[in-house]
Amino acid sequence: MTVKINTLFNKEQITQQSNAKNEPEWMLELRNKAYDKYRELPIPILEKTKIDKWNIDQFELPPVEMKAEQLQKLPKELDSIVSSNMEERSVLVQKNGACIFQQLSKKLADQGVIFTGLDYAIQEYPDLIKQYFMNILSFDENKVIALHTALWSGGIFLYVPKNVDVDIPIQALFLAEKNGILPHILIVAERNSSVTYVDHRLSSDNDNAIVHNSVAEVYVGENARVRFATIHNFNSSDYDYTYRHAAVERNGRMEWIIGEMNAGNTVSNNTSVLKSAGAVADSKSIFVGTGKQKTNFISRIIHIGEHTESNILSRGVLLDNSTGIFNGITEMKKGAAKSNAEQAENSLMLSENARGDANPILLIDEYDLMAGHAASVGPVNPNDIYYLMSRGISEMEAKKLIIHGFLEPVVSRIPIDGMREQLGQVIERKLKQ
Amino acid sequence: MTQSKLTINDLHVSIEGKEILKGLSLEIKGGEVHAIMGPNGTGKSTLASTLMGHPKYEVESGTVTLNGEDVLDMATDERARKGLFLAMQYPSEITGVTNADFIRSAINARREEGDEIPLMKYIRELDGKMKFLDMDETFAQRYVNEGFSGGEKKRNEILQMMMIKPQIAILDEVDSGLDIDALRIVANGVNELKSPEMGVLVITHYQRLLNYIKPDYVHVMMKGKIVRSGGPELAEKLEESGYDWLKEELGIVDETVGQEA
Repeated sequence: MTVKINTLFNKEQITQQSNAKNEPEWMLELRNKAYDKYRELPIPILEKTKIDKWNIDQFELPPVEMKAEQLQKLPKELDSIVSSNMEERSVLVQKNGACIFQQLSKKLADQGVIFTGLDYAIQEYPDLIKQYFMNILSFDENKVIALHTALWSGGIFLYVPKNVDVDIPIQALFLAEKNGILPHILIVAERNSSVTYVDHRLSSDNDNAIVHNSVAEVYVGENARVRFATIHNFNSSDYDYTYRHAAVERNGRMEWIIGEMNAGNTVSNNTSVLKSAGAVADSKSIFVGTGKQKTNFISRIIHIGEHTESNILSRGVLLDNSTGIFNGITEMKKGAAKSNAEQAENSLMLSENARGDANPILLIDEYDLMAGHAASVGPVNPNDIYYLMSRGISEMEAKKLIIHGFLEPVVSRIPIDGMREQLGQVIERKLKQ
Repeated sequence: MTQSKLTINDLHVSIEGKEILKGLSLEIKGGEVHAIMGPNGTGKSTLASTLMGHPKYEVESGTVTLNGEDVLDMATDERARKGLFLAMQYPSEITGVTNADFIRSAINARREEGDEIPLMKYIRELDGKMKFLDMDETFAQRYVNEGFSGGEKKRNEILQMMMIKPQIAILDEVDSGLDIDALRIVANGVNELKSPEMGVLVITHYQRLLNYIKPDYVHVMMKGKIVRSGGPELAEKLEESGYDWLKEELGIVDETVGQEA
């Protein structure tokens, strides 16, 4: 097979876009550097998933729309997934990378919280952005991330000043209709602050194949707490590449709640770096595989500081001809003494033709610590079905109860009722197919 | 309601090609308590699992009817909806499903769609039964049997029985692993339900449960069938003198079944 040369974007186009968005010089430089890296780097090699034939870069960039028409109010189908507290809610909606709805509660604004599109934030708060942007992970880590760095468009900047507790979840919706969608999420929670960020990404019902290439960077300051909940719901013809990285300072706490509900091929990488003493990371994710989709999930925690703690829980339900590869990687560096790490990857196989693989990996360079892992791949236990049936519950209902129960640790942690319900409906729909 | 009746006639059952039940017959009517006793390995639990329809057990011949209907022809869930209940020796743990949701699903499985049990009524009833069984109210929201102690699991089985109100309840070794207090509570649960509408089959190898659940009939199982039946005095005699006298009388050397190498 000949290598397709991508003529869809080039440096000239990147410069035009950057200028149109009025970006500072350093951002354009970074984009260009990253573009060179993207040209240079090979396609990433993933554990047990070959992505050479996946669509990584065959898409058109969405046009730059800094002044997209704003919705006065949310359409009903979106309104049902956002927080119902009208007055105090903070919501941002982007369609193909352009902001179409934005609301920040007055209380938060008064406390100095920033919540806006990243394209705008870079003009308003260039120094803050420069300090954190592509700092938590490196633009040259692989070809996909390099491409994201070169072309990113849309996304969120969420900044919580020190000592501010944000008690109502902050919410974002990303709608994709066509082209490449490359939102960048940057969250900075300063010392002693706390915040819950929830986003939902979905493609509309049409045949346009979408490439979603997203990076999330989360900075968790000393003794700060960040909870990041996300649901991805892209169509079967779409490709989703998402890299989420958190850097957690002393006594900080990072919690990931990830609902991978795509119908298409997916690469999802979730990394938390516990930089100093007492930092904690909790990473929970679920996946329901259908059709012919192929997916590769990495949950990775890097323990650097002592007395750090982490927990990984990945659960997948695989139907039809789907493939789910679940990699849990816990790295405990020299000096991470008295640390404690647990991880578990479990897959339920509901079809003979589905393929599931759980790979727990512990990389340990320190003696004085605790680390444990568990993995399982298999069908629903027939004894469990028998037990439920012995109470009068039909076989189908029994399986459904068991599957919902299996996914419950993540579903129950989704912080907004409307979104939790929607996630439940998506799962239900996938199981019915 | 008419009196319920479970009839087992000349039942032969095998597992992985080995015959375990070799012609067992028994009739249980509503209001009666039958106890099946016998040493380990004589086929007692096989009987319980076969009646409930565990897929591992193969019925070779014989019949089982509940109120005249052929039980062996029904799937496990249908047997349950028709009125059979089995309190299991080793209940499953179902992660992520709360006890309250599970039991409600079981009750609603017996009702028509659109006629589900009203939530408040259900909660009141569940609370009442849990109090009766001396179960902490947190058990309603805990996942089914997950992290339960042996005794808690058994109590949970009885709670389900009390909520479901079966016509024929089979208790498989429900006394194993229970201390005296728990045993009394579990027995109270069974006695509370005893009525012309419910017949009970208690499977045990200890007589002590029968101090709390008074049987009307006692049957001894050996080599895959009932070898002696009698009244409560039979259980007392077994408690006092063990099984050896009976084996001697019947000329049985090895009472177990399906365990030869």
